[in-house]
Amino acid sequence: MTKYRINKTRFVDQTKTVSFTFDGKKYHGFEGDTLASALLSNGIHLVGRSFKYHRPRGIMSCGSEEPNAICQINANTDLTEPNVRATEIELYEGLKASSQNCWPSLNFDIGGINNLISPFIPAGFYYKTFMWPKSFWKKIYEPLIRLSAGLGKSPTQPDPDIYDHKHEHCDVLVIGGGISGIISAKIAAKNNLKTILIEDKNILGGSTIYQNNKNFIIDNQKSNEWLMNEISELEKLDNLIIKSRTSLAAFHSYNYLLAKENISDHLPLDKKNGSIRQRLWKIRADKVIVAAGAIERPLIFNNNDRPGIILANSVKKYLDFYGVSSGLNNIIFTNNDSAYETAVSLFEKGISVKIIDIRKKSSSNIVKNAEDLGIEIYWNSTVVNTFGYKKIKSIEIMNLSEDGSNVTGNKHKIQCDCLSISGGWTPMVHMHTQSGGKLDFREIDQVFVPSEKSENHINVGSCNGDFELEEIVKNTNNKVKKFLNINESGFDKISVLCSKELEKKNIWLLPNTISDGKTKSFIDFQNDSTAKDIKLALREGFKSIEHVKRYTTTGMATDQGKLSNMHALGIIADTAGVKMGSLGTTTFRPPFTPLTFGAIVGRSVGKFFDIVRKTSIHEWHVQNNAKFENVGQWKRPWYYPINNENLHEAVQRESKAARDSAGILDASTLGKIDIQGSDASEFLNRVYTNAWSKLGIGKCRYGLMLNEDGMVYDDGVTTRLGENHYLMTTTTGGAANVLSKLEDYLQTEWPELDVYLTSVTDHYSTASICGPNSKKILKKLFPNKDFSDEAFPHMSYQDAIIDKIECRIMRISFTGELSYEINIESKYGKSLWENCIAAGEEYKITPYGTETMHLLRAEKGFIIVGQDTDGTMTPIDLQMDWIVSKKKYDFIGKRSLYRSDTMREDRKQLVGLLTDDPNEILEEGAQIVSELDKKPVEMIGHVTSSYFSPNLNKSIALAVVKGGKKMNGQKLFVPMENKNINVTVSDFIFLDKENKRINA
Amino acid sequence: MFVINCPYCGERDQSEFSCGGEAHIVRPKQPTELSDDEWAEYLFMRKNIKGVQFERWNHAHGCRKWFNMVRDTSNDKIHAVYKMDEKPPVI
Repeated sequence: MTKYRINKTRFVDQTKTVSFTFDGKKYHGFEGDTLASALLSNGIHLVGRSFKYHRPRGIMSCGSEEPNAICQINANTDLTEPNVRATEIELYEGLKASSQNCWPSLNFDIGGINNLISPFIPAGFYYKTFMWPKSFWKKIYEPLIRLSAGLGKSPTQPDPDIYDHKHEHCDVLVIGGGISGIISAKIAAKNNLKTILIEDKNILGGSTIYQNNKNFIIDNQKSNEWLMNEISELEKLDNLIIKSRTSLAAFHSYNYLLAKENISDHLPLDKKNGSIRQRLWKIRADKVIVAAGAIERPLIFNNNDRPGIILANSVKKYLDFYGVSSGLNNIIFTNNDSAYETAVSLFEKGISVKIIDIRKKSSSNIVKNAEDLGIEIYWNSTVVNTFGYKKIKSIEIMNLSEDGSNVTGNKHKIQCDCLSISGGWTPMVHMHTQSGGKLDFREIDQVFVPSEKSENHINVGSCNGDFELEEIVKNTNNKVKKFLNINESGFDKISVLCSKELEKKNIWLLPNTISDGKTKSFIDFQNDSTAKDIKLALREGFKSIEHVKRYTTTGMATDQGKLSNMHALGIIADTAGVKMGSLGTTTFRPPFTPLTFGAIVGRSVGKFFDIVRKTSIHEWHVQNNAKFENVGQWKRPWYYPINNENLHEAVQRESKAARDSAGILDASTLGKIDIQGSDASEFLNRVYTNAWSKLGIGKCRYGLMLNEDGMVYDDGVTTRLGENHYLMTTTTGGAANVLSKLEDYLQTEWPELDVYLTSVTDHYSTASICGPNSKKILKKLFPNKDFSDEAFPHMSYQDAIIDKIECRIMRISFTGELSYEINIESKYGKSLWENCIAAGEEYKITPYGTETMHLLRAEKGFIIVGQDTDGTMTPIDLQMDWIVSKKKYDFIGKRSLYRSDTMREDRKQLVGLLTDDPNEILEEGAQIVSELDKKPVEMIGHVTSSYFSPNLNKSIALAVVKGGKKMNGQKLFVPMENKNINVTVSDFIFLDKENKRINA
Repeated sequence: MFVINCPYCGERDQSEFSCGGEAHIVRPKQPTELSDDEWAEYLFMRKNIKGVQFERWNHAHGCRKWFNMVRDTSNDKIHAVYKMDEKPPVI
């Protein structure tokens, strides 16, 4: 045993030694320790450097509120994790921890110079200073700041751990396994309610489990003994799930909660055996009982951040739970009774302890207990300074003036090696407010407490502002019974004796002899914001607590201000002379403690990250060396390189083949909607801009769909399969949205229409064959069919049979070439495709991908919705007036085409662009200007599609240009980084304007 | 995350639904008769109430049916769900 391990407890097994390293040096602790308790048992307080001033910092608490003791675990491995609180890591054999935010080392940190120049780096320093000269930011300021700032280091390798998600439902969820949580869970479970109790520590019992003072008695036992028995009874209950090492992350509306369970973080690396690391529980609870407890507050005084300054109740937990004394010469500095339990416990173990209390007296049992033991108490006193750089060595105290606003008398110096501080308790109202609950300010205790309104959750115990053991036990019992409609419980006749605090006093910022501007009274320890910073922010005009928070960064560190927020509020209220309750609080947002990204994404990593949709022909594309492009969730062949061709070379070859002989495209991904019903034609009339009533059965028609605002939304060819039966195709990416929009109109605006919509995208595979030889290939595939223009004209469809399988042939074209699309049930798609390839072999049929498809249609000036349009283009802007019916009374978007804005002549309109140098290919997205010299340069449009056309042997582009319709032949410029490209506005149909090839 | 009582399927998680904005805005029967301002009123103007709001919801990942819902936006309490052809309840 080390000299600080002075006590044996049931929670730490001192027969089982565990070795670990901290900053490379080997230490020993025991099974049951946390990293923090093990470090303290080795006399180590200094564990990190503060964020801004690089001041030495020590362990300050024993839980998730810890601002200082944050470590990097397993540095330089793929398992590394930054910003882990030493107070929460359970010690395991081989644990490697290191300090953060210090360079070159924890003991000698060059950034400590910030501490010396701190008068010159006030709140907002970075905002104010590094603004000028502007050019310095990127090369000088930012790299320097980044080198010396930041906390831990994020891993650079993929996370090898497995994470899991689980959905759970229960009648009652109890958050927190302290005394009130245990009472609540027992009442619920004993009344046949399926109950889950979650507790973030590995052992239930909260702070009562180490409350061993004779002044706290339940049913004639010390409170900790009584609670031990309760816990062992609890574990026997059938319909209760106890989840320890599980912390609540978020409490959403309708009692939907997220909790993170640590499954194997506490195991040595060689014992994890590939088990899941963490599991995120998604819990839907009928009723929620929040028993989240309270967090002890620090006191705000000059130099209150030295290693060795620890919250008083944490000192007690290290002593009575882990058996470790944080110091051998203790001083307790308090404004309340609870710290006296720590004093008594230290004294009883023979450790030197003195008490400084800002109150003038206290007449409670626990204070009397301390006085009877002969513990020296300095009443009406405050600490005004502390000394010791890497560990506290001594303090100076003074008396408080009558009203507590100032200090009087002489300074008195006292030696110590640990200063335990207690500024009272802050109820953990995070869960309550996250779920939408409101707060009330209780003046007497200076705390925000939940104001109960919800029918679905209650707060019990100290998170509800019940601080004394008797009220905790009795109020919890009564509230839970009422909440769950239960008449009696096993706790009705319980007897509780406890010390009661009668004298209360709180001073948010303790007075000093020197001015605020010269003290270092830390409020937010992790972000290094001080009382001075808060006051400066107020002087500079910040009034809202939300603004002060952001300007000073108070409460914005990884601990989310669990220790600091209340003091910041208190000091603002005092300085501004307003009531604290009227200030409100900053918003408590989830997660309560940081969540790993692993826990958030669970199993949705790698190939499970998103759905991948593949056509039935996909395998063929893979075997034939296709490069793929993601279109929505679909994998579409992009191009098929041969012999190390690059994209450009492959596309040139593919597009030439498609125009010279034959090309084949997998068009299966186009959205397909089957439309049936006696009003199907009327429906199409209303959703497309053109007329549909007169489309003959067996005929196809291109349609343009608008939004109600008149902007182009989707396009595609629709085929009339029967009197009341159509097959609509949509863009690949728009399929789901189009279906949903059509359903919306059908169900809400036109419920009188007899129309049924069914998505059949996945039901059919489509092989699209185009080129002058396509008809010959079709003849080989369907020898009995008449493919003459008379029997099978352009824009028509016929049923056919191939290999005894029914299919549909549409003669439609997206390339301007003679072209056929064969639709077949998906399971036969690959076989159909292979037949097409075989039949086309003699014509050197060339598979082409999306890139060639885009090029071919651009040569013809066919738009792609989403590439040449962006939700601001009307059909008129696209020069597609021909497809907008003048006769139809109404269709979606019609009225908007006559709004003053959509009729403006200077709207961006679709044009063709030809570069003066035919080999110059414009960049898609490049801006277009008409005058280069005029400043500021007015951007009048942008390039939407651009290719080198092998069939025209020149560069072509589509663009949208303000007033472009009337600019044919005009010279414009496309300014690039290094040059200006000269272009001429042209017709956007570059090839075969007469549409002769379609019937070639 | 709410639990929504789909009038066709019963209680389901909010993640199955999508919200379609303010309810009871009827598409004008004769849009061409409207002035620009009247059309803009229909097209663009939506309320964003803190309090009780009538909304359209779609059971997008379920039965795909649209329905109406009365929700208090300040606390997400759902006062009623009803089918498209039903009259809005008095809240």
